[in-house]
Amino acid sequence: MSDQAGNRKSISIALVGKGGTGVLTAGEMLLTAAAHCGRYGMMVPAVGPQIRGGESAALLRLGESPVNCLDDSFDVLLAIDWRHADRFRADIPLDSNSLVITDPSTGAVPDSIAADGARMRELEMQALADTVTSGRPNMVALGYAARLAGIPESALLQATEKKLGRKGRDAVDASNACMRLGYGRAASGNVANAAAAADMTNSRWLITGNHAAGLGALRGGVRFAAAYPITPATEILEWLAPRLNDAGGTLVQAEDELASINMAIGASYGGIPSLTATSGPGLSLMIEGLGLAVGAEIPLVVINVMRGGPSTGIPTKPEQSDLNAAVYGLHGDAPHIVVAANSITDCVFTTQWAVHLAEATQAPVIVLSDQLMGQANAVVDPIPAINFLATRKLADSVSENFERYALTADGISPMPLPGTPGGQYTADGLEHTATAKPSGLTDDHVAQLDKRARKINGFDYGRHWADIDGDGELAVLTWGSTTSTVIEAIGRLPVDLARRIKLISLRLLLPAQPQKMADALRGVERVMVIEQNHSGQLYRFLRAWYDLPVEVETMCRPGPSVFRPGQVVTALRDWSHR
Amino acid sequence: MSAEVPCKLKASDYKSDTKPVWCPGCGDFHVLLSLSKAVAQLGLRPENIAVISGIGCSSRIPAYMNCYGFHGVHGRALPLATGLKVARPDLTVICAGGDGDGFSIGGNHLLHACRRNINFTYVVMDNEVYGMTKGQPSPTTAPDWDSKIAPGGTGISPFYPLVIALASGANFVARAFSGDPNGTTQILVEAIKHPGFSFVQILSPCVTFRPGQKEWKKQVHPSPVTPTSDASQAARRVMTDDGFNIGILYKGSREPYQQCVGQEIGFDCDIDEEFLL
Repeated sequence: MSDQAGNRKSISIALVGKGGTGVLTAGEMLLTAAAHCGRYGMMVPAVGPQIRGGESAALLRLGESPVNCLDDSFDVLLAIDWRHADRFRADIPLDSNSLVITDPSTGAVPDSIAADGARMRELEMQALADTVTSGRPNMVALGYAARLAGIPESALLQATEKKLGRKGRDAVDASNACMRLGYGRAASGNVANAAAAADMTNSRWLITGNHAAGLGALRGGVRFAAAYPITPATEILEWLAPRLNDAGGTLVQAEDELASINMAIGASYGGIPSLTATSGPGLSLMIEGLGLAVGAEIPLVVINVMRGGPSTGIPTKPEQSDLNAAVYGLHGDAPHIVVAANSITDCVFTTQWAVHLAEATQAPVIVLSDQLMGQANAVVDPIPAINFLATRKLADSVSENFERYALTADGISPMPLPGTPGGQYTADGLEHTATAKPSGLTDDHVAQLDKRARKINGFDYGRHWADIDGDGELAVLTWGSTTSTVIEAIGRLPVDLARRIKLISLRLLLPAQPQKMADALRGVERVMVIEQNHSGQLYRFLRAWYDLPVEVETMCRPGPSVFRPGQVVTALRDWSHR
Repeated sequence: MSAEVPCKLKASDYKSDTKPVWCPGCGDFHVLLSLSKAVAQLGLRPENIAVISGIGCSSRIPAYMNCYGFHGVHGRALPLATGLKVARPDLTVICAGGDGDGFSIGGNHLLHACRRNINFTYVVMDNEVYGMTKGQPSPTTAPDWDSKIAPGGTGISPFYPLVIALASGANFVARAFSGDPNGTTQILVEAIKHPGFSFVQILSPCVTFRPGQKEWKKQVHPSPVTPTSDASQAARRVMTDDGFNIGILYKGSREPYQQCVGQEIGFDCDIDEEFLL
């Protein structure tokens, strides 16, 4: 149980088993139970590509203060069976302090697990479950893990009721019986005081990054979505579909990503704030549509939940490797906006902000999230509403000689919606004049390129372009889900070293903000760039757009294994001594 | 707007001041006229119509009408029109384009637009050639048609767009000939009025790359039978006719796509509550 900043304690527990054993269900219940007794926590589901019957693991970390990333190693590994253990081996680091719980009926502990020197304990999960009618070993495991984590039985009962209540009394009773069997066999950890915790937990939320992105979109005013299912973005769509209906909007499942983005553009042309969500392969298919939204000046939000690439890559695992595609993928000179959420809760803010930016600038905005943030479930404090709403500059009444693409000072031109008398124009991917007539003339091309660049580059993005913390001469530049890991790492450093470090987490990737970055880097002598991809995409992007100090260090590594805070601590220490 | 006395609209009220890029004699001029006459006959005001297209000679049509329009990217006219009509059911949406745009690069969208049966009309000006790129074979070109890219012909059979539309669930299927503007106007009026997805193939000669199509006016003939509401019967007829049967071939009664739009509720607090533990 690692000692973090301010002596915050946490416990990390991995539940593993072959697909269908219900480890993810047990994990969700453990997280909920922990929340009911005042803990924070997060759960990262780790699954293979198999639809059913592959390996799966619930990676949990529970703590007394907010938990935003996984720890360096796991305190407890509880295996219902050892099928495909090698496949999740890298996701579950163990050390000599770890405790491995194994069911002897499923065979010996694999050598690769035993090699870490962890302590072993046997628990006959299957046999215990068999003593209960309709009993299941995952519930025995849940009870055992909960006791180790110091979660009182009452909180567990609340969690089983919530998760299984709709399956009927028998299901709840069977689960509770198994859970108690497991609970009774474990040594107790420090039991939390559930009653004392109840008050503060009543207001906490349980949310995934994908649901958070959906919430941000709804709050921002999105009322139309069109999308094609893709891992790991599908939950955004499934969450949005019924809620859009409730809000007077709709979601259309498209036949492919080419259709999704063009449907969203069509709906937005009609005046409805619109969105599509996808992952790398889908983003590639949408690139032509993004260019159309740039040229025709149509507001649009595209959420891209990154996974391992290129091509089909590693669909169920995270990577931060779509930055280049998002920034540079479009053909022609195509100014657009790219933002990146930097935590599960920030998925709400950044997506809502993206809706606002798209509508205000009449341009497409790509929101980058990733599989880790998108599919992880976290207990968080309530995410307050913000004031960014969809506000489009409309041409409600139109005079003679109206110019849809008027060359305004800020580059933003009033947009008539279909139905507005006299405002008729043809939105076009062809280059055009201010009055929306097709044109291949140099003057028109330059004027419209200037205008479209002006509205994006001249927009006031305020302080949200980056989250900046600290004031030292060593700056760490990062983005996305890696940010939470870096924050924890800096928190673990000795105070005198931590004080020398300034963290800059970029939320606005495009357009670049050279002046703001220059201000942020004033007094900074050295920079380290930390990102989860193979080629250092952020590092190269920074090199192209920003004046950086001479000494720049990079820490880049591809997925699927995410950075651990301890690895970042080591890197920061080494770097600071140089 | 509602206080105004409705005045009678003429085809010329839908004309924009943009000069078409089409070659003299192009069949698409007549389609433009027929479409303008049809919406005038229906009394639809220009600002309440949206003409949506992709890329190709015929896809230039939105700019030549004084309606709202969207000239999108190649092959994606149907998704654009779908998004717009679902978001704005109050508008009359007309999707238009050619055989390359609709049957080749955009072929997949045709299947799903028919299947979804959203209430708008799709007009394909079929000239069996890519005109804008100067004469390549399309999915409706005969196998022996000689061209630079496929000397001696493609050797590939053309497909039957109307049969595909029927099999995919289009609710209204018709074939028209641009050289018969009055007949085309009446077909378009019926297509726009019919609920659900209406598909109209208009034989529209390319005088530049397919000069032989000038003969079409001698080959076309009115469909000898009345429209059926039996899709399989319609498909059989289209499979076996000479390709020059003109008229409404199928009128179905399938329920158009209903978007599940509810009343807007005060969702913000409700939605927050669902995340509460």
